[in-house]
Amino acid sequence: MSPTLQKGGSRSETRLLSTILLLAICLTLAPVLRLLIEGVTDQGAPSLSRIDTVLAQPATLSALRHSLITAGLGTLVSLVLGSAFAFLVALTDLRAKAALVFCLMIPMMIPPQITALSWTQIMGPSSVLLKTLGIAPPLGAPQPLYSPEGIIFLLGIQHMSIVFLTLRAGLRAIPQDVVEAARISGARGLRTWWQVIMPLTLPSLAAGTAITFVTALGNFGIPAMLGIPAGYVTLPTLVYQKLAGMGTGVLAEVSVLAMLIGAVAVTGILIQRFFQSRQKIHLVGSTSRPLAIPLGAARLPVEALLWAVVFAILVLPMFGLLATSLVPAYGVPLRLDTVTLASWNDVLFRQPVTARAFVNSFSLASGAAVVLMLICLPLAWLMERHPTRLSRLFDSLLDLPYALPGVVLSISMILLLIKLPFTDATLYGTIWIIFLAYLARFFAVMFRPVQASLKQLDPAMAEAAQSVGAGLFQRLRDVILPLSAPAAAAGAILVFLTAFNELTVSALLWSSGTETLGVVIFNLDDSGDTAMASALAMTIVLVVMALMGLIQLVSRRFPKGVVPWQT
Amino acid sequence: MADIEIASLGKLFAGTPALQDITTRFEDGEFIALLGPSGCGKTTLLRLLAGFEMPSSGRLSIGGRDMATATTMVPPEDRNIGFVFQSYALWPHMSVRRNVSYPLEIRKLTKPEIADRTEAALAATGLTAYADRMPSDLSGGQRQRVALARCLVSDPDAVLLDEPLANLDVALRASMQTVFTDFHKRTGATMVYVTHDQAEAMAMADRIAVMDQGRIQQFDTPQTLYERPKNRFVAEFVGRGTVVPVNAVEHRESQLHADVLGTRIAIRSDATTGISHVCLRPENLSISETGDLRAKVARVTYLGGKYLLETVSACGTRLLAETRAKFEVGTQLGLTITTPWAFSED
Ligand SMILES: Nc1ncnc2c1ncn2[C@@H]1O[C@H](COP(=O)(O)OP(=O)(O)O)[C@@H](O)[C@H]1O
Ligand SMILES: [Mg+2]
Repeated sequence: MSPTLQKGGSRSETRLLSTILLLAICLTLAPVLRLLIEGVTDQGAPSLSRIDTVLAQPATLSALRHSLITAGLGTLVSLVLGSAFAFLVALTDLRAKAALVFCLMIPMMIPPQITALSWTQIMGPSSVLLKTLGIAPPLGAPQPLYSPEGIIFLLGIQHMSIVFLTLRAGLRAIPQDVVEAARISGARGLRTWWQVIMPLTLPSLAAGTAITFVTALGNFGIPAMLGIPAGYVTLPTLVYQKLAGMGTGVLAEVSVLAMLIGAVAVTGILIQRFFQSRQKIHLVGSTSRPLAIPLGAARLPVEALLWAVVFAILVLPMFGLLATSLVPAYGVPLRLDTVTLASWNDVLFRQPVTARAFVNSFSLASGAAVVLMLICLPLAWLMERHPTRLSRLFDSLLDLPYALPGVVLSISMILLLIKLPFTDATLYGTIWIIFLAYLARFFAVMFRPVQASLKQLDPAMAEAAQSVGAGLFQRLRDVILPLSAPAAAAGAILVFLTAFNELTVSALLWSSGTETLGVVIFNLDDSGDTAMASALAMTIVLVVMALMGLIQLVSRRFPKGVVPWQT
Repeated sequence: MADIEIASLGKLFAGTPALQDITTRFEDGEFIALLGPSGCGKTTLLRLLAGFEMPSSGRLSIGGRDMATATTMVPPEDRNIGFVFQSYALWPHMSVRRNVSYPLEIRKLTKPEIADRTEAALAATGLTAYADRMPSDLSGGQRQRVALARCLVSDPDAVLLDEPLANLDVALRASMQTVFTDFHKRTGATMVYVTHDQAEAMAMADRIAVMDQGRIQQFDTPQTLYERPKNRFVAEFVGRGTVVPVNAVEHRESQLHADVLGTRIAIRSDATTGISHVCLRPENLSISETGDLRAKVARVTYLGGKYLLETVSACGTRLLAETRAKFEVGTQLGLTITTPWAFSED
């Protein structure tokens, strides 16, 4: 063996790190940066004049107000629902917790436009379910969900899982002995609650609230499906309407709108970070068993209540969706003689546009999952092994494309790719712009689970291979890859799941021929083909639940922190 | 087979020195122990030898090959060195046999050759019966033997072991010590063994490097370390004993004399000037009614066959003596000091 002298500790590793890190930064952060530049320049010169003009328009201000109202109150609804569930599930001796947690995760995984569609199917005068039951309001009565209250309510349900998950993680980290110590010192009942449990959970509650607000603010599906018919416009729908109505001519104007949403969102993200770091200080080194307060005689009633709520927010709307998908025409009641699979048949096998959308969404989602896995696996490992200032900076920013509202990312992608540098080519209108947007948006979804599992990996595993002569790629292939494969698989399924259903990004980036499933449902509903939209939505819900079930089944083999709904 | 040559080696972590100015030589085939309290830099030195870390200063060569300086180094995968980790670092997704054969796959040996050498390594560590198990189905001692087999199989020039027995229970440690010494005898490889347990180091090593605060304090055979410590740290860290100051050292008729705890006695040392302290080990203290040094028994510990007496002298110094007879706490004794080892300490 001829020894090769190398400069630096392990040059091949640091070189590979720089290469992949650069690629990742271009993918995720370049679009955001591009948007920032667009906002503060006018024809190449630095200027804030454009911001002034757009902000002065009454439409902007009313959309901003609507966004803040719906996101704020929607967050409040999530907070009430999510924290009630979190406290009960995390702190008491309820039975079947795993099933409850799984069900509570489903709203988050179902795309918002399907949530909106399914709820409109159990309310209003033309609801097939209500007609079948004979309790539909008279024709001409308004659809109660086409209102700010409807948007607030559905945003609240859509995002309650976020509050639930963060708070539950915080609660589970409170060791039992902390509460026992309080009891020994003489504190009882509500006093332990207020003086011990609440102060310890406030940071996670605040962090969960902030990130829920950011997510609600960026939500496009719900305000689009419910707000546009009611003439109630929020910032994301305003951007959509301008871009859809007037094309890329208004790009400069919508960039400012996107920056406005981005600014509000970044404020929320910073608040969330602040509280998350506080939470870590509190709970360092707690290893004992989590709390389990006995509910005694109240257990059965509480369980019944919780499952009733799950039924109301999860199962009932799905029945509505199912009922609508089984009638021959929208508005016909469902009876034995009217039931038909015509809509299913139409939407799944006859419509060329849905077939195309299936192919598009499937290729985009699986392509994004594979490419992200190939980038994130070596990157996460190398960043763990050789932290540099740049890699730490990237680590703190890589969530941005996922946390920022989808319209912000879409506008950024258009700005970046509408005219490729040094050529006349454009990616706008092709499927590649959607693909690149997905890579940016779902980067964190793939990266974080892989990173969590690699952090728990003994660095000696790779060093042992190194000491017996394995080079960088042999180590990656034979040790790192197999050991982080479960996490990478979970990440890949999550990316697939989210990308398969995605609407917000593709709503602004699609063109004829590059429709995604999210866009097709939205358009079918928009053009009044509600039965077909419902059938397609049902199909997607089934795919989502099957994939979630798959993750759940193999989740015991994953390291801690890999599956987002298991802490 | 290789000797290890270390010259002025130093390592800084974020500006703080973990190792300073290490200059020494490990001979070909030697069993070396690095002994020292936790945090003294043993692991750092071992990882520098392996190539997992790069030195901040100095140079290192193994078997005549330059391995590392502050600017260039041979990566670990090209050093042909075996490393046994405290956590064993067995690959959990590979069977015992695959764990052991992996180094040979990397070296691109032929299939039959890989099979032969793997079987031989498994047999030598008594693992043949467990070859098809996964590491998670093994006990601690068995895992340790797999780690050893994995590093034995590729015939390394030197084997580095980082506290390999720290995670095992006392009974297993004793039997694993024999496994290591047998392994050393059979392979003749240079072995560098890190431990904070002096009994372990004494039992196995040809020479022990006692380390403290990133420096080698003394590098000698176990016997020399015990009988002729170079400074206070080594005297107190290795074996039992008390270090006390000496006065009025004089050289008379090729014999050193000094005042120790108020009595004038003969002492031994390899230093001739600057002698400042002696190390009083139990062997240097005998109990007699007529002893010049009066002391009171403060604590008695049964060591099996003999007693360790912790006594406090009239001037308040704690002294350790060993006896076959039992004494009650509080008994007044006379102690005689015979030729203790002296050294200079600044
Ligand atoms: N990777 C590292 N980064 C920073 N400091 C380190 C690192 N490794 C070791 N040190 C520091 O160097 C000193 C020596 O550590 P180590 O060699 O592990 O000691 P030992 O193995 O003797 O217990 C310690 O103070 C430790 O904190
Ligand atoms: Mg150590």
